[in-house]
Amino acid sequence: MQSSEILPHLFRNEYTKIVSVLCKHIGFERLEIAEEIASETFLTATESWGIKGNPQNPTAWLYSVAKNKAKNYLQRNSVFQNKILPEITKSLSEDLEPEIDLSPENIYDSQLSMMFAVCHPSISPEAQVGLSLRILCGFGIEEIADAFLTNKETINKRLFRAKEKLREEKILIQLPAPEEIEDRLDTVLSTIYLLFNEGYHSISQNKALRKDLCLEAIRLCSMLAENKITDKPPVYALLALMCFHTSRFEARQDENGEQILYQDQDINLWNYELIGKGEIFLNKAANGTKLTKYHLEAGIAYLHTQKEDTKEKWENILQLYNRLLQLQYSPIAALNRTYALSKANGKEEAIIEAEKLELKENHFYFALLGELYFDIDKTKSLENFRQAYSLAKTSHDKTSIQKKIDQFSM
Amino acid sequence: MDEYLILMRLDLITKEAQPSPEQLQTYMKMYQDWVGGIAAQNKFVGGTGLSTEGKVIKSGQIITDGPFAETKESIAGFITIKAKNFEEAANIAKECPILKGEGNSVEVRKIVGVDNTR
Repeated sequence: MQSSEILPHLFRNEYTKIVSVLCKHIGFERLEIAEEIASETFLTATESWGIKGNPQNPTAWLYSVAKNKAKNYLQRNSVFQNKILPEITKSLSEDLEPEIDLSPENIYDSQLSMMFAVCHPSISPEAQVGLSLRILCGFGIEEIADAFLTNKETINKRLFRAKEKLREEKILIQLPAPEEIEDRLDTVLSTIYLLFNEGYHSISQNKALRKDLCLEAIRLCSMLAENKITDKPPVYALLALMCFHTSRFEARQDENGEQILYQDQDINLWNYELIGKGEIFLNKAANGTKLTKYHLEAGIAYLHTQKEDTKEKWENILQLYNRLLQLQYSPIAALNRTYALSKANGKEEAIIEAEKLELKENHFYFALLGELYFDIDKTKSLENFRQAYSLAKTSHDKTSIQKKIDQFSM
Repeated sequence: MDEYLILMRLDLITKEAQPSPEQLQTYMKMYQDWVGGIAAQNKFVGGTGLSTEGKVIKSGQIITDGPFAETKESIAGFITIKAKNFEEAANIAKECPILKGEGNSVEVRKIVGVDNTR
């Protein structure tokens, strides 16, 4: 591989490891310095490799350059280290120039600890996702802005404020105490799920980026599953859920970026390896006594990987939605539940239930009603589809509803 | 929106009134569909079924095995919901599937805090 090809790939993987290790070493309050050292390392690599060609072992090369840069930094700061730091903490003053440990174990530990640090409840969920993308997944500011459908300035500001907050609160880069794990794990899992949803449900046109987001979310969750302290049932449930969803990633969109409805998807595009992995994780998730929304959503996603359209399948999906809504309400879950109800208990019953939802601002609500009335009352069906069209915000949604309306004039 | 308690009363004592496992499964589905429908309207607050075993403590510290039942029906479960007014709460309660069983009843009570006993 040429250096121009290998570097972006290495950047995604190694930048985050270098930042996590350095940061754990020099403290969160100097996160920016850790980021700077990691960036400089890659800058040096670009210059050097461009002239001399790629080194034998690019990763080792990066680590040794990063180590040297970090040591230089620490020496330059010896005044700080010798005079000021001992006043603040005694433990750190003992190892003035400690070896920077870039062993696989320490990289792994540092990244896992970093995950808990950036998902600290003191910062907002969207800042948690932003910081995770930057520090744990190595995404560029521009890519993060693209994923959030906003501009670089907004992201820069958001990340800056979040880092300030973590500094002020003196958040330590370490795994929480055992009695705290469960609570803190909740936040980490919801951040990972937000990250995943950003990739899976975002309307951004950049398909490669969106898939990367999903795979990164799976990677982070896998790290939690591989650790004895954090391998709790909800972690496996979320992992299973993301595997099942991602297995259908390629089938959900055509080459023009238009969404393909579930019943029209080409099952040859489904990834059966991921489905298999998801099944293993779902079994492991069944160990605990606590039923989380991830368990229920994973169950629903699992049933969607079964293409057969049986009444039993929809009955199971309906029951999972019934329980999910009791745990946590969301309009999308309410609409999906009503669709499952129509498949399990019939359209007449589903219409009665749908009318009660009163999601009058939601175009999916009227599209669902249009769908349910289609074989029962053509006038009402068309009325609802028209209402859905007038409420739809994106051109994609408008196009797919227009297709439904066109069926009436045929 | 106020909160309302829906108490469900069933005959838990008479042997003949006890459902078979198959019936129980059907009842559970109807019950879950009913609660799921309330939750889908974002009107579900909480609730659960209750075991048929219980203890009753009367004044004078006399403890007897329950459930305490003046009549045949006793409380089998409860849910709390959000509703605009009594009428809406009662309309939701009317659809409770246990009412398909003869002699069963549901009771709707508005929840008021101790500082809100208007």
